[in-house]
Amino acid sequence: MPKTLVDKIWDAHVVSSIAGGQDVFYIDRHLIHEVTSPQAFDELEARGLPLFRREQIVATADHNVPTRNQHLPIEEPLSRSQVDKLTENCRKYGVELYGLGHQRQGIVHVIGPELGLTQPGMSIVCGDSHTSTHGAFGAIAFGIGTSQVAQVMASQCLLLSRPRRMRITVDGQLRPGVTAKDLILYIIAQLGTGGATGYFVEYAGEAVRSLTMEGRMTVCNMSIEMGARGGLIAPDETTFAYLQGRPHAPQGARWEQAVAYWQTLYSDADATFDAEIRYDAADIRPMITYGTNPGMGIALSAPIPLTAAEGEETGFGKALQYMGFQPGESLLGKQISHVFIGSCTNSRIEDLRAVAAYVRGKQKAPHVEAIIVPGSKAVEQQARAEGIDQVLAAAGFELREPGCSACLAMNEDKIPAGAYCVSTSNRNFEGRQGPGARTLLASPLVAAITAVEGRLVDVAAVLETASATQPEAALAASA
Amino acid sequence: MEKFEILRSGAVPLPIENVDTDQIIPARFLKATSREGFGENLFRDWRYTADGQPRPDFVLNNARYSGQILLAGKNFGCGSSREHAAWALYDAGFRVVISSYFADIFRGNALNNGLLPLQVSEEVLQRLLAEVEREPGTGFIVDLAAQQLYVPVWEQSIGFDIDPYKKECLLNGYDDIDFLVNQKEAIAAYEKQRVWAY
Repeated sequence: MPKTLVDKIWDAHVVSSIAGGQDVFYIDRHLIHEVTSPQAFDELEARGLPLFRREQIVATADHNVPTRNQHLPIEEPLSRSQVDKLTENCRKYGVELYGLGHQRQGIVHVIGPELGLTQPGMSIVCGDSHTSTHGAFGAIAFGIGTSQVAQVMASQCLLLSRPRRMRITVDGQLRPGVTAKDLILYIIAQLGTGGATGYFVEYAGEAVRSLTMEGRMTVCNMSIEMGARGGLIAPDETTFAYLQGRPHAPQGARWEQAVAYWQTLYSDADATFDAEIRYDAADIRPMITYGTNPGMGIALSAPIPLTAAEGEETGFGKALQYMGFQPGESLLGKQISHVFIGSCTNSRIEDLRAVAAYVRGKQKAPHVEAIIVPGSKAVEQQARAEGIDQVLAAAGFELREPGCSACLAMNEDKIPAGAYCVSTSNRNFEGRQGPGARTLLASPLVAAITAVEGRLVDVAAVLETASATQPEAALAASA
Repeated sequence: MEKFEILRSGAVPLPIENVDTDQIIPARFLKATSREGFGENLFRDWRYTADGQPRPDFVLNNARYSGQILLAGKNFGCGSSREHAAWALYDAGFRVVISSYFADIFRGNALNNGLLPLQVSEEVLQRLLAEVEREPGTGFIVDLAAQQLYVPVWEQSIGFDIDPYKKECLLNGYDDIDFLVNQKEAIAAYEKQRVWAY
């Protein structure tokens, strides 16, 4: 019987099925961090249970770490205690930790792929909803709660019902200046913030296939923002080329065997999905959000809708009031005071390159505070090796040390109340970047342009001007 | 986990859709390493001003409404996977959230903590909200064993669905760890014969 990709991977991980339709589902890789793991370790302790498969767990400190002076003790006592607790738990239970000060520390969803811990066909969980990022490699990857973190620690399994399957196909090629971030913001704007609840989404089509691994990660990362349990993309040569030679990737003959298996991981031609959606890449423009959930997105050059989408009425007025916007108005020309480039959505080397390519030789606007927080130490080192740090510094951007930072404002990186921040992160919820902060989600390219202009401008117009004067930079920025 | 007994209670209406877990408990309150005490910061920024004064227009600060049932708009609990959201609701005294649908991770987290996510149709949800807003003292009876939400003022009972395994867990106060740890032999056997061992 023909199978979807999700079903192929799902079936390979079912230990047994119980009455009522739940499966005992095996987890290959468990990623943990300081915020959602301490109560799970306590749970094991309280029940006197050991870690069932400690070598399948990898830890990092990311959510709550400062992005300055990481070589010094963390100043904020509660944050320090949480990070210390992770270190202590990892030592006690023998879990591999990429903690502060480690050469490969970083955001959990950035270092997993970098280290080759993320591989096609795997089941991967983490106590973080953006675990869907790892689906870019053709893995079933999803976020779990802390009780489930404890369950995986104790048994390497979860009790789960099989998800419904949705395929989103994006035909054709993205226009210049339109990136993976715009692609996913467009999809979420079409489906709404709960539009894929209960589904696992497979992204397909020429526009998706043409993306780099970094771009695919950006797309899969935001699957949760339309309610999906996860998102994934069938592995191909792009995937294998990215993985080969990474520290935890299979080596030698084992690599050949792995690739042979991974090449079987695709949806069969006549497999059926519970929902099928198609978009045309040519319809997608550089995107921005205007409201307080990621589904409230528009083309940057388009006005805010006059009325809410059908079925979304109750939040529309409240969101616009919070954001200080009017129905039907254009965002072009709006003054922006903060730009944040970072998060598990857009903090990889390719994102930093795109920003650097655009800002090279330019200056950020004087009133803008622009910070760039790399996803990992490896990204930071690569940026320095390529001289990106100098380009950014010359343009007035501040390059920080790795962490989740102002995406969720758990540490001291907060946007002030009432301020507008163009952010490459994944959530524009009320107060997400600090109490009262107003977030506009966008691509790294839009963020870079906004920092330089100090206000929102039409990307297409900027790129046209740039290509007339600096064809190479424009090309790099739109790649 | 505490057993879920028959619940007789009033309800607190929160007719807002897409309530995300950052609203239920903002990230800056996630620094604790225990499960307790999150209730005081439940809906923190909707409930209190920046200087800690209660906002009179928020329903939890309105003495007319009380109860262990939260009646909320669709797609409740979307966003971050933080289980702290379920802990905060439970810690603040809630035992049931009624909505027309729940975000997947929140639903699982609630069930793992003895907090019942009770899903009704959008039409029923709107009727319930209207009823409670008209008569804040309206009482309800949630009978999980019978899978019925009884609305005495309507003399009507509304059935709801729940996964049969999770229902048993809630009724008996069991959680998945007990079950999974007992599967260790089957899990070890699976590890020996799986398609690809990572």
